[in-house]
Amino acid sequence: MTTPLAASGLATAASDHRGLTMTLFGVFVLATLGITVWAGRQTKGAADFYAGGRGFTGFQNGLAISGDYMSAASFLGIAGAIALFGYDGFLYSVGFLVAWLVALLLVAEPLRNSGRYTMADVLAFRMRQRPVRTAAGISTIVVSIFYLLAQMVGAGSLVALLLGVSGDSAKRWTVVVVGALMVVYVVIGGMKGTTWVQIVKAVLLIAGAALMTVLVLAKYHFNISSLLGAAADASGRASAFLEPGLKYGTSGTTKLDFLSLGLALVLGTAGLPHILVRFYTVPTAKAARKSVLWAIGIIGVFYLMTLALGFGAAALVGPGTIKASNAAGNTAAPLLAERLGGGAGSTGGAVLLAVVSAVAFATILAVVAGLTLASSASFAHDLYANVIRRGRTGEKEEVRSAKLAAVAIGAIAILLSIFADKLNTAALVALAFAVAASANLPTLLFSLFWKRFNTVGAVSSVYAGLISSVTLVVFSTVVSGAKTSLFPHSDFHWFPLENPGLVSIPIGFLAGWIGTLLSKERADPAKYAELEVRSLTGLGAH
Amino acid sequence: MDTPPADEAAPPEAQRADESEEFRSLRASFRGFAFPVTAGFILWYLLYVLLSSYAPAFMATKVFGHVNVALVLGLLQFASTFAIAAWYARFADRRLDPAATAIRESRQAADRAGRQDSAVRLPQEAAE
Repeated sequence: MTTPLAASGLATAASDHRGLTMTLFGVFVLATLGITVWAGRQTKGAADFYAGGRGFTGFQNGLAISGDYMSAASFLGIAGAIALFGYDGFLYSVGFLVAWLVALLLVAEPLRNSGRYTMADVLAFRMRQRPVRTAAGISTIVVSIFYLLAQMVGAGSLVALLLGVSGDSAKRWTVVVVGALMVVYVVIGGMKGTTWVQIVKAVLLIAGAALMTVLVLAKYHFNISSLLGAAADASGRASAFLEPGLKYGTSGTTKLDFLSLGLALVLGTAGLPHILVRFYTVPTAKAARKSVLWAIGIIGVFYLMTLALGFGAAALVGPGTIKASNAAGNTAAPLLAERLGGGAGSTGGAVLLAVVSAVAFATILAVVAGLTLASSASFAHDLYANVIRRGRTGEKEEVRSAKLAAVAIGAIAILLSIFADKLNTAALVALAFAVAASANLPTLLFSLFWKRFNTVGAVSSVYAGLISSVTLVVFSTVVSGAKTSLFPHSDFHWFPLENPGLVSIPIGFLAGWIGTLLSKERADPAKYAELEVRSLTGLGAH
Repeated sequence: MDTPPADEAAPPEAQRADESEEFRSLRASFRGFAFPVTAGFILWYLLYVLLSSYAPAFMATKVFGHVNVALVLGLLQFASTFAIAAWYARFADRRLDPAATAIRESRQAADRAGRQDSAVRLPQEAAE
C-alpha cells in the first residue's frame, strides 16, 4: 500500500468515477454521523460508552465483529495477494478464519462472564490490580496503535489512489480526515455508535463482495475449474500459480517465516483488544457464543468470496495491469470492479468502481473507529481509573477521560501515520497479530484456566511477550537491511524472519509459567473458584 | 467507581458451588470438549501450513480439472472450521447451557433465601 503509486490504470478512469465516488463517500459519512449522534443521545453511563449498554443481539454483534475484523487489509490486501501470488495469497484467509475457533471455544464466553469492559478486567479479577492492569493496558494500547497505523497509512495511499489524486499532501489530508472522523464516532457515539457503524459497513462489504463474486463466476458459467484455469493462464506461471510456494516457498527462511505468520494469525485473533471488547456488548455468554458463530459464518463466506475475487482479478485484469497500478496488489479488487462493469471509460465500470471504492473507505473508517474505542477504553478504565486514580474516579470522570484519551490516541495515530507513511502495512498488521498472540493470549488463557497462575506470572507473560515480539521486529528486515525496510539504507538486522511469532509466542507462554513458579506468591484458591464459577455459569456477571 | 453493590460483592456461595458435584461435572464437560478439540484443530491447521511449505509436489497433485490438493485442503480447513463451530454450538446447547443455568439459578435462589433470612433478623440491613 505504501509503494509509489503509479496509478496508470485508475488515473485514466479517475475523472469518470471521482465525482460519484466522492458522493458515495459523503453519503456514507453523513449516514454514519447521523447514527453516531442518535447513539450518542442514548449513551449515558460507562456501560453504554464502553459496552453499548450490553444490549446488542448475537446476530448484530456477529455482524459488528465481522465489520471490525474484515479490514481493508483483508478485503483489498487478500484479493490483491491472490491476484499476484495465486495460492499463497489464500493462505492468509485460512489462518484468519481458523483463528476464530480459539475465540469460540476458549475466550468469548468466559471473557463475557468474568470481565466488565476490558481484557484487563479478567486478569484483575484474582490478581493484584495495579501491576496487571498496567501491563495489560500497555499491551492493549501498543497492539491497537500498530493496527491503527497499518490501517491509516493504508487509508492514506488507498483513498488517494481510489480518487485518482496523487502526491503527499492528498495522502496527508486523507489521514487527517479519517483520523478526525474516527475520533468523532468514538467520542460522540461510544460503543453503541461504533457498533452500528461496524454493522452498516459489514453489510455493505458483504453485499459488494457478493455482487462482484456473482459477476466473476457468471463469466465462467459458475465453473470454478475454468476460472482457475483462466487465472493460471493469465498469470504467466501456468499451474504453479495455483500451487503453494510463489510467495513463501523460495527458501528455508521464507518457509519458517510462513510458519511464524501462520501461528501469529491463528493465535493472535483471540488476543486483539478491539475484538475482545466486542464480547461485552451482548447481555449473556450465550449471546457472545452466538455472535462468534455468526462471525465465523460471515467471515468464512467473505474469505471464500475473496478467493473468487482474487483469481477473477488475475484472470480478467491480469497481474501486469494490477502491479502497474499498485505493486502490492491493493487495487486488484477496484480494478476488477471496473472491468466487471464494462471496462475503463464505460458508465458501468465507473459506477462499480465508485461503489467498491466507497465500500473500501467505509471499511477503513469502521475498523479505525473500533481500534480507537478499544484503546481509549483500556486507557481510561485500566490505566487512569484503576492505576493512576486507584479506583477513586466516578463513572462520569472515567468516561470523560476515555473521550479525552480517544482524542489523544487519534492525534498520535494521525501524526505517526503521516511520518511513518513508508511503513509496510502488511508487516504492521502481522506484527499486531504477533504481539496480541505473544502478550495477550497466554496471560488470558492462564488466568482463565490455570489455578496456580499469579500476579508475577501474568505480568511476566505480558511484558516478555510484548518486549520479545517488538524487539525481534526492530532487528528484522521490517526495520532495516532490505529495500522494503523502514530504514532501507542502514542495516542492523540479525533476526532472519519478518514475523516474530514463532519465537515470541512460546516466550509469552513460558514467561507466564516460569514467573508463576518462581514467585513466592500463592494464588488465592477462593478467588479462582469464584472466577471459574462466574466464567462457566455467569453467576455474578455484569 | 459508581458500581451496583450487588455486582461487586463476592457471591459467598461461589466456593461452595465450585465444590458441588454439578459444577465439577459442568467443568469436566466443558474442558473435555474445548481442550482436545482446540488441540485437534491447531494440529490440523499446522499440518496444512507445513504441507504447503514442505510438500509442494503433493499439494500440486491435480484432483480434477484445475483443482489441486492444495486448494481442496484449504477448502477443507474452511469446512472443518464451520463443522467444529456447529458441533460446539450443539454441544453447548445440550450439555453446557442447562447445567450452567441450573447451577446459577439454584445459587441465586440460595442467595435470595439467605438475604431474606438476614432481612428478618436485621431489617435495617435489607433497607440499605
